[in-house]
Amino acid sequence: MKRIVVGAHYGLKDWIAQRVTAVVMAVFTIVMIAAIAGGATSSAEAWRGFMSHGAIRIATFLFAISLFYHAWIGIRDIWMDYVKPAGLRLALHVLTALALIAYTGWTLQILWRL
Amino acid sequence: MPEMTKPRPKFLTLYQIRLPLAGFVSILHRISGAGLFLLLPLLIYTLQSSLDPQPEGVAAFQAIKNNLFVQIFLFGLCWAYLHHFCAGIRYLLLDVHVGVEKDGSHKSAIIVMLVSLSLTALIALKFMGVL
Repeated sequence: MKRIVVGAHYGLKDWIAQRVTAVVMAVFTIVMIAAIAGGATSSAEAWRGFMSHGAIRIATFLFAISLFYHAWIGIRDIWMDYVKPAGLRLALHVLTALALIAYTGWTLQILWRL
Repeated sequence: MPEMTKPRPKFLTLYQIRLPLAGFVSILHRISGAGLFLLLPLLIYTLQSSLDPQPEGVAAFQAIKNNLFVQIFLFGLCWAYLHHFCAGIRYLLLDVHVGVEKDGSHKSAIIVMLVSLSLTALIALKFMGVL
């Protein structure tokens, strides 16, 4: 059967982004589990000290950015699957994007205040 | 394009469809992802208060830690994270054609359910000081 492929292949970029961000988060998760096992959360001071470490701070920020981008693709897909009226869908997309951008700012503030 | 309209078998009586375990893992992947997204503010707020040296921050973190209602949410989020993590690894493996056969796919779905549920139980018991 001759298959007619429509669209401009924009799905591929998201498909790859979803996997790349997933791998970044998975690696960070393993690092954090190892750190907790190593006593990073043994006290509030130890936890603050650990999180203020330059490399950890950058890694946490990369994790957060990956998480928010991953969430954007995932939540947008949920809206696209279940919400059909165009206006409502657009509103939900905008609210989702704004929330995730706000979370990015909030996370930056938490990490760089340390 | 008449060649595109090949009739497909349809069976959409939702309450009669028995989802295979892999399908169950899949819908839980979506539900856990949505739950994690909705409760992101709680998670970021918890991170913020856990790192705040001011007395208000310490008090806020203690309040989160000692609130049974919040604890239940956090254990739920632990499960959501673990399920999303394990099911996600399963999808990455499927992407590289590991476990795409019916048998292997069912087995990996069982592993995802068992690992995420038992790790959640372990974390909850550890947190409550039972372990």
